[in-house]
Amino acid sequence: MAGGGDKLKLLSTWFSPFGSRVQLALHLKGLSYEYVEEDLMNKSQLLLESNPVHKKVPVLFHRGKALCESMVIVDYIEEAFPDAGQPLLPSDPYKRAIARFWVAFMETKLVEPWMRMLDGTRTRAEMTEGVKQMLAAVATLEGALGQCSKGKPFFGGDSIGYVDVALGGLLVWVRASEVLLGVKFLDAARTPLLAAWSERFASLDAAKAALPDFGRVIKHAMMRRGAAAAVLAANN
Amino acid sequence: LRRQAERGREKKESSMADGEGNLKLLGLHVSPFALRVRMALGFKGVSYEYIEEDLFHKSELLLSSNPVHKKVPVLIHNGRPVCESLAVVQYVDEVWAGAGPDILPADPYQRAIARFWAAYIDDKLFPAWTGFMKAATEEVRGEKLKETHAAVQNLEKAFSESANGKAAFFGGDSIGYLDLALGCFLPWFGALRVMFGVEVIDAANAPLLAAWAERFGETAVAKEVLPEPDKALAYATKLKAYWASLNK
Repeated sequence: MAGGGDKLKLLSTWFSPFGSRVQLALHLKGLSYEYVEEDLMNKSQLLLESNPVHKKVPVLFHRGKALCESMVIVDYIEEAFPDAGQPLLPSDPYKRAIARFWVAFMETKLVEPWMRMLDGTRTRAEMTEGVKQMLAAVATLEGALGQCSKGKPFFGGDSIGYVDVALGGLLVWVRASEVLLGVKFLDAARTPLLAAWSERFASLDAAKAALPDFGRVIKHAMMRRGAAAAVLAANN
Repeated sequence: LRRQAERGREKKESSMADGEGNLKLLGLHVSPFALRVRMALGFKGVSYEYIEEDLFHKSELLLSSNPVHKKVPVLIHNGRPVCESLAVVQYVDEVWAGAGPDILPADPYQRAIARFWAAYIDDKLFPAWTGFMKAATEEVRGEKLKETHAAVQNLEKAFSESANGKAAFFGGDSIGYLDLALGCFLPWFGALRVMFGVEVIDAANAPLLAAWAERFGETAVAKEVLPEPDKALAYATKLKAYWASLNK
């Protein structure tokens, strides 16, 4: 199946924000890995066998094992390679708990409403509600950034941390959603800290390596939206 | 008077790790998420002040310690609040690393398995069984029950894969992270049995989990804090009345 030894292999798609999180962590740790592109329209045996529960990317292979769920994988990378690069989580348990809190918040309050909106079958009212929820989540994350960074560049302080990776992986998709939904999520007036953070984050080498091209994501999303709309039209 | 006693502070005595003066837990006696934390603290033998919250009349302390969600559990340690049950359990595991066995295993891969399934429990199982409980129509109830049983089947498989299904608990010979993550729902599964005549963990379809549930219920940490199903039942009745009043 995945091959053993210490080699790392990542199964993902070029556009997956969750895959980007894992790639960010791997790059920040200076870990080399084999990248395998998955076709989600025609799922591979490898994917179906290694992630039977969710059948989703990313999946990280290491020492003959498959790791699934982006932040579970990031935790694994942090713990399995303690001497690689710098830690994403601080050593203080309280600060670690705060980082985990904000990632949990991001998943339920930002990512969940957003994923619901992306399936292309939402009513106008549902889309409006989803956008409202996302804006509220971003406003809260603005406050979180202020608290966590205390004036420093990242949620992790001077250097990128766990929360930065979790949010940073989503960055291109958040920007793309601004175009697709006609809503500014990272707005210099409303969320100045996050707006500055996102510029700073996007300029990092790790981000350039791990995040997809913005234009390509827009094109892909429009194609998917077109396909979903066609399905909706055909069914009505 | 009884209500006062229930809402009053309960002191948990312990001979081992001392967190007493500096450690408070805001909880609800039937909240599975609060129960996770109580069991984690019990597992480590840590003493703390337990404060029962009335979620219909949230205290200032709750609102100020968890302004983002305004939910229990909140662990307040040396005046600093820690929220989100799984983050709190990991916090307890890390702060009281010396006191008693580890909640999460040492091996990174085993930790990943535990975290994966705990996330699955929160993302898939919890919405399914609570959706079942809250369903307004037979149709939705049927859908949600199917989802619940499907999730249980995946967890049954997970149990069979951990130590080939031969260990007593997900954590091995003694309970661990995943046992706490799932075990906290047992009082509610008992309540659903009474309310709807359904078995969430059905011995016929999920024999390993059914046996696990019995064993879990017999552990010291479970016996110490898990309420009887009738407490969950009483609370469900209270919730139903509340939801009904919202729909007026």
